[in-house]
Amino acid sequence: MSFFVTEALAQESAPAPAAPAPDTTAPQTAPIEPPLDAGAPADAHGAAEATHSEVGHEAAGHGGPFPPFDPSTFASQLVWLAISFALLYLLMKRVLAPRVGSIIEERAGRIADDIGRAERLREQSDAAIASYEKALAEARSQSQRIAAEATEAAKAEVAAERARIEAQLGAQLAAAEVRIGEIKSRALAEVGSIAEETAAEIVATLSGSAPQRDEVAGAVSAALGK
Amino acid sequence: MANDPIHQFQIQKLFTVADVGGVEIAFTNSALFMFLTVGAVAAFLYFSTAGRALVPSRWQSAAELSYEMVANMLRDGAGKEGMRFFPFVFSLFMFVLFANLFGMVPYFFTVTSHIIVTFALAILVIGTVVIYGVMHHGTHFLGLFVPKGVPLAVLPLVSAIEVISFLSRPISLSVRLFANMLAGHITLKVFAGFVGSLGALGALGIGGAILPLAMVVGLTALEFLVAFLQAYVFAILTCMYLNDALHPGH
Repeated sequence: MSFFVTEALAQESAPAPAAPAPDTTAPQTAPIEPPLDAGAPADAHGAAEATHSEVGHEAAGHGGPFPPFDPSTFASQLVWLAISFALLYLLMKRVLAPRVGSIIEERAGRIADDIGRAERLREQSDAAIASYEKALAEARSQSQRIAAEATEAAKAEVAAERARIEAQLGAQLAAAEVRIGEIKSRALAEVGSIAEETAAEIVATLSGSAPQRDEVAGAVSAALGK
Repeated sequence: MANDPIHQFQIQKLFTVADVGGVEIAFTNSALFMFLTVGAVAAFLYFSTAGRALVPSRWQSAAELSYEMVANMLRDGAGKEGMRFFPFVFSLFMFVLFANLFGMVPYFFTVTSHIIVTFALAILVIGTVVIYGVMHHGTHFLGLFVPKGVPLAVLPLVSAIEVISFLSRPISLSVRLFANMLAGHITLKVFAGFVGSLGALGALGIGGAILPLAMVVGLTALEFLVAFLQAYVFAILTCMYLNDALHPGH
């Protein structure tokens, strides 16, 4: 260990006297650690060994034992470690860990709540969608039913109207045919007299003498009878 | 003194408090930094969570992250019953972490670079394990040293190994942390010393000092990693040892 401390060694190689003159033994370290250099002879020097052990337990100077292995500082460190760590443990147990933990738990609870609420809302919206679709299907089938009914009614109406008009037309046709038949028979009945008159005229014109009405009628009826 | 890499580990007495049977109890720089560490941990956890925000700020996020990291570590390592030790493990982790990080500040004292401090913490852990284990499991706690499924012929040997391994735990736990902090700080100081002494040699020296300077920069980053990692390792080993106290059956 002591090969690390060559610089300081030169100054402290002489057996250092006890407490009162720290400034002369190690000027550089003096402002920071005056009491510590008090019993600080280099233990590399056998001559100083006796002084070292007598002078005391704060032998933490540069020439002293390697600081982490210096038993004289152990008691102090243990006491303060116990106090400070106990303080930290108490603070942690009473204040700090519950504080941080509660924040994390709060957040986890909040997230779980939010997820639950979102789940509920989703279920509600699903139900709403289902009922909407049901209503839509119902309305659609109803509208189809109404349309079919209306078509049926319209068809029936059309058929009835058509039947009525056809019947009317049929009646008119029948009446017209009857009238035509009458006119035809009447016309046919008149054909004989017209032919007789015409034939009498023709004969009168051609022969200059009016033929007998009976002869003409006989001739006409004979011609018609053919 | 400037280039003495050991100087940073000196215990410096600030004032004497008591003298118990010839043993002087003094308030030292080490004690000062222990309280600074405790104060910093408490202030960090207290003030960062002052907002109690649903969406955390950066500081609150850091506090919650460290809380949850240790909580998960303990739950994974020692099960649900292990959560009763949470304040203890979280205190240990934060104390070691902050002490290590304080050590990274120039001119600050590194509390964890003293074997007595890390050894006391390790003994605290093992003591908790033994006391809790014996209190809750009685002689069954000794089952820890008798692994199941081992042939009777080799059982004495295995048990002896288990006992030695158990006894070496506080030593390995404390020496790991102590040696890491000590070696890292010495290395940093030695390389930084090279920069100073080479730089004093003139132009050539300044050129040559660039290499150790780069080393110091890299080592500083490494030491920050080590500071965190050692606190993490200390906490996770604590969790594993506590698991033995809770479930000594295996």
